[in-house]
Amino acid sequence: MKIVVAVKRVIDANVKVRVKADGTGVEMANVKMAMNPFCEIAVEEALRIKEAGGADEVVIVSAGPQGATETIRTALAMGADRGVHVLTDAVLEPLAVAKLLKAVIDKEQPGLVILGKQAIDDDCNQTGQMLAALLGWAQATFASKIEIAGDSATVTREIDGGLEKVAVKLPAVVTTDLRLNEPRYASLPNIMKAKKKPIEAMAPDALGVDIAPRLTVLKVEEPPKRSAGVKVETAAELVAKLHDAGVI
Amino acid sequence: MSASKAAFRWEDPLLIEDQLTEDERLIRDAAHDYCQDKLMPRILMANREATFDCEIMRELGALGLLGATIEGYGAGAGYVAYGLIAREVERVDSAYRSALSVQSSLVMHPIYQYGSKAMQEKYLPKLATGEWIGCFGLTEPDAGSDPGGMKTRARKADGGYVLSGSKTWITNAPIADIFVIWAKDDAGAIRGYVLEKGWKGLSAPEIHGKFSLRASATGMIALEDVFVPEENMFTTVSGLKGPFGCLNSARYGISWGALGAAEFCWHAARSYTLERKQFGRPLAANQLIQKKLADMQTEIALGLQGCLRLGRLMDEGRAAPEAISMLKRNSCGKSLDIARMARDMHGGNGIADEYHVIRHVMNLEAVNTYEGTHDIHALILGRAQTGIQAFTGE
Repeated sequence: MKIVVAVKRVIDANVKVRVKADGTGVEMANVKMAMNPFCEIAVEEALRIKEAGGADEVVIVSAGPQGATETIRTALAMGADRGVHVLTDAVLEPLAVAKLLKAVIDKEQPGLVILGKQAIDDDCNQTGQMLAALLGWAQATFASKIEIAGDSATVTREIDGGLEKVAVKLPAVVTTDLRLNEPRYASLPNIMKAKKKPIEAMAPDALGVDIAPRLTVLKVEEPPKRSAGVKVETAAELVAKLHDAGVI
Repeated sequence: MSASKAAFRWEDPLLIEDQLTEDERLIRDAAHDYCQDKLMPRILMANREATFDCEIMRELGALGLLGATIEGYGAGAGYVAYGLIAREVERVDSAYRSALSVQSSLVMHPIYQYGSKAMQEKYLPKLATGEWIGCFGLTEPDAGSDPGGMKTRARKADGGYVLSGSKTWITNAPIADIFVIWAKDDAGAIRGYVLEKGWKGLSAPEIHGKFSLRASATGMIALEDVFVPEENMFTTVSGLKGPFGCLNSARYGISWGALGAAEFCWHAARSYTLERKQFGRPLAANQLIQKKLADMQTEIALGLQGCLRLGRLMDEGRAAPEAISMLKRNSCGKSLDIARMARDMHGGNGIADEYHVIRHVMNLEAVNTYEGTHDIHALILGRAQTGIQAFTGE
C-alpha cells in the first residue's frame, strides 16, 4: 500500500506572530517557518505504518511557494520516500488545496491519505474533509489511533467528551489529532540521505486546478487585549454588577 | 533603496539563517528540537546535583550527532553543521556540549585521523552510537597551557608500551570506556595511545566540588604502569601536532557553542527586562538596559558571522589554527561577558538556578579557560603577527 501525506509550511510555533500594520495579514518577511505540528504527526504515523509492514511507500505532498520544498525535505529526513511539490506563490484556501491534493492523489492512487486535522496558521480544519468529499472516500478525522487490517482501518477519534471508534473502508482520508503519536527527530544520517530523495515539482495549471480564492479577507487584527477583572465582596454586589453590565 | 523597507529581525540581525544551506538548517532544527525537548528539562537538577546521565550519549548517538563530520562512521556532515549542533547543545548547557565535543573531536576524530583501519573498526561504531564513551587525556597537574612539559611516559615493552603518569581536568574520564592518552615515548616524542576501561593500573577518580560544568563528569586519570598493546598506538602522528589537530576541531566547535550559551542569556535578559516592572515601567524601558541588549545583540551577530566563515574555511580545508584561536578566544570571552551582564540584568533572580543564567556564567568560566585560555590564544595571535613568541620569555 502507498500512503500519501499532505504537509503544510507554516510560521514556526515558537515565533510570536505579528499582524501587519495595514491589517492585510501577518508579517511573513524573514520569519522562521516550520512544518505544521499536526502534519508532523501525520508523517510520523505514515512512517510507523510503513515500519510495521502496513505500507511500502510514503509520499509527501505540499502546495505552496519554493520554501515548501524544505518542509517536504524535513519529512523525507524523517524517513518518507519521495515528495511532490505543487509550486505556487498564490494564496491557497482549503478548497484549492483539497482540489490540488485530489489531482495528485488521482495520479498516485494511494490506499490511505493522512493529513493534520488543521494548520496552526489559519486553523481552518477543512482540507481533509473537503478532500474526502471530492474523492468520494471515507473520512476519519481527529484520529488518536489508527489500526489497519486488510482493506479497512479502525480509527479512534477524539470527540467532545470522549473517544469514538469508526471503521472505514480503504482508501480513506484520515486527519490526525495531537495525541496520535510523538513525532521522531530527523537523525543526521537520514537528513543526509534525504538530500538524494526525489521531489517532483509541478504547477497548479499542469494539474488542471483552478486555485483562485473564493474568500475575501476583510481585515486581520490582533486579539483584543484583556483588561483586568474586579473582585467582589458579596453575592449581592456580584448581582448588582451583572445588572449594571446588562447581562441579567 | 530597498534597505529602508527591509524588516529587521532582532534575533537574527544579519540573517545568518539565509546563509545556511537547506540541510544545515534541517540539522540545526533537529538538534534544536531534541535539545529543547529532551535536554532542557533535565539540566536544572543535573546541574544542581552534579550528575551526568550517560543515556544522553546514547540519545545523541541515535540522532547521529556524535562524530557528525566523520565519513562512514558518522554522517559525513560539514563543519558548519557540526558548529550549529554545538550551538544548539550549548544553548542548553556547556556540560552537554563538552561531552559532545570530547566524543566527536577529541576521541572519534583522532581514532579516525591517526588510527589504523582495525582500530577504527574496533572503536568508532560504538563511539558513534554512544554505547562507549570516550575521554581525552592531555592536561596534567603540572602541564596545562604548556602540554609539551608533560611528564606522562610511555616506555617500550615487549609487544607494546607501559604508560605511567597522571592526567587531570579530563571531561568524561570517570564514565569513560575509551581513553585517548598522550604521553612521551623513549625518544621524548609525544604519541597517542588508546586505552580501555578496566586495564590493569588505569583508574579515573572524579573531581568533586566544581562550580562550573557541574552536569559533566570531570576526573583525573591515574596511569600506574598500564600496559598498552602495540596496535593501540597512533602510528601516523608524532609530536604536539597530534593533540593539537584534535583541539583545532574541538575549539572550532566551542566557538559556536559558547555563542549558543550567550544567545540563551541574551534572550533571557530581554524577556526578563521586558516583563519585570520597577518604578512603574519595564526594566527594558531604561537606557542602561537597552544599551546592554544592543551590545549583546551586536557581539553575538558578529561572532556568529565569524564562526560561519570559519566553518566554510574548515570545509574547504583552508582554516588556519590561528584563525580558530581567534574565534575560540572571541566567542568565549564575549559570551562570558554577555552571561555576566545577563546575570546582572536579572537582579536577585539572576543568582537562582531556575533562571539558568548563573549556570551559564559559571560554565563559561570553564569554557573560557579550557582548550586554550583566553590569554594563551592571545599569545598565539601575537606570535602569528609579530613573529615573536611570548610563551617562554626566552
